Amino acid sequence: MTDVVATATQQGRPAISGVVRRLPEYLMIWVPLLLSAAHLISFSIWTIWISFTPSTLVPVSGWVGLRNYTAVLASRNWQIAFDNLLLFGSAFVLLSLVTGLMLAILLDQRIRAENVLRSIFLYPLAVSFVVTGTVWSWLLNPGIGIEKLVHDLGWTSFRFDWLVDRDMAIWTIVIAAIWQSSGFAMALFLAGLRSVDADIIKAAQIDGAGPIRTYWRVILPTLWPITITVVVVQLQFAISAFDLVRALTNGGPGIATQLPALVVYDLMFQRSQLGRGAAAAVLMLLILLAVLLPYAAWRYLQRRRAIHA
Amino acid sequence: MRDRALAPSRILIYFVVSLMAAAWLAPLVVVVLNSLRTNEEIAQASMIGWPKHWAWSNYAAAWSGFCVAETCAGIRPYMLNSALVTIPATIFSTLLGAIAGYAVSLWRFRGDSWIYGIVTLGLFLPQQMRLLPWTIVLRDIGLINTLTGLVLIHTIQGLSFTTLFCRNYYVAIPHELIRAARIDGAGFFRIFWRIILPLSSPILIVTVIWQFTHIWNEFLYGVTFTTGQQQPVTAALIALSAAIADIPKHGVQSAAVIIAALPTLLIYLFGGRYFVRGLTAGAVK
Repeated sequence: MTDVVATATQQGRPAISGVVRRLPEYLMIWVPLLLSAAHLISFSIWTIWISFTPSTLVPVSGWVGLRNYTAVLASRNWQIAFDNLLLFGSAFVLLSLVTGLMLAILLDQRIRAENVLRSIFLYPLAVSFVVTGTVWSWLLNPGIGIEKLVHDLGWTSFRFDWLVDRDMAIWTIVIAAIWQSSGFAMALFLAGLRSVDADIIKAAQIDGAGPIRTYWRVILPTLWPITITVVVVQLQFAISAFDLVRALTNGGPGIATQLPALVVYDLMFQRSQLGRGAAAAVLMLLILLAVLLPYAAWRYLQRRRAIHA
Repeated sequence: MRDRALAPSRILIYFVVSLMAAAWLAPLVVVVLNSLRTNEEIAQASMIGWPKHWAWSNYAAAWSGFCVAETCAGIRPYMLNSALVTIPATIFSTLLGAIAGYAVSLWRFRGDSWIYGIVTLGLFLPQQMRLLPWTIVLRDIGLINTLTGLVLIHTIQGLSFTTLFCRNYYVAIPHELIRAARIDGAGFFRIFWRIILPLSSPILIVTVIWQFTHIWNEFLYGVTFTTGQQQPVTAALIALSAAIADIPKHGVQSAAVIIAALPTLLIYLFGGRYFVRGLTAGAVK
């Protein structure tokens, strides 16, 4: 340090030599962060811009206003995808919440082999959706999966053909998604259950509350902030679900299990409708913001309340 | 203690938990068993069953034998592709994230909270919003359909996660430590190497496991930016099931699925604790 100051004053250019000396650290700090931030902002603007142009095979300049948006919104593909998202999103989030909470409460009963059981419910999260989607597509395929097994066992009138049933196929995605992600809800709920103040539980027990009543009245109400976090994370997954559907049903039968992310991919890379594909991507972002902005506002209020309290 | 273990409610709890655990394990067990049955055996019965003859050859065929789109080299080249993308991208994004996290939490500089806020928005921005720009950028810099292109994407995008993880960990390090080191004349890098890095192993393990799992399992970018021989294994699995849809070879396919899932499953098996920590850290943000 003193050396630097000495040479700097000798040369009479302290500022410049300091900057040169510290150049590597400026580069290491700023280049990655700037690249990351710049790509997020510029790519978002870029996609939004393309969504207002008449681009088809390649991006072109020009302005078509909201025409891409109205075209996407009017297409059967998007309408089915949006309806599916509403059904899949609500069913998956609700059921994985219930399953995760149930698993957490069960594991919280001081049972043996808790660690092993927890690992079993969480391992699907370590595997890619492509793998799990493929495996579930085999199990749920009536010709080779569960239905075939039950037939071979003698119950020949058994039917479990949701995978090829237009009205029920979306539920196969719900099943696979619950299997894959309930462990996540379980892990968060279990952490929440473990952090409940032991004195509150003891007080409830002294007041004569049984275990079920203690859970319902005393413990579960403390879990609602975690519940909101789980809902938001799972919704985020549902809105951008792609791999799982691609491997499990590929949007079929027909377009019965189409979801927004598949519509985007289809428009951009299979139909070469870049403008419409970009518009569909922006619509996905808007759906996501409809979930995330209230959540961010809620988090902000919570934090402010915590500071004032 | 003993009469509590015998209480009917305890038995019910164990019964329900075992049932759920069995349901969660069933898909894995089914695929492992299938990977050891011959294609003919599966075709005659169903996907669910005990092997009559142990068909270990499925693994050899899956690894280096079967054909995807006129190339008969099995899953090996695609596994190699995935490794060549995942390992460098994990190392780069973790190291850069650690430095960035250290810079925004302990070194502090003008504009740090702004840029950190923008970078963490990357956790929420859907991939679909970046698909077209990445396609154009990769084509312009000549990296479309290359593994280097995927490494670049995963490094830059991974920074959102790695910076967040490391920053949240480093915030807990007392500032006095850094201030004292600075008074002693230590610079940015010396403090990082001598003080920060030795304290970092827990968070670096979490970050490496998280990044490795996510990049290995990633599908959308792999299938969009690469074709044929350049694809990572997730994209190749989809191509495989499409390619042999007419004459399914479920034994070999099951073996391929197991091989593709093995790296992340093994990491989960040995580093599960850290995996879960990353999972909850990512959620709470």
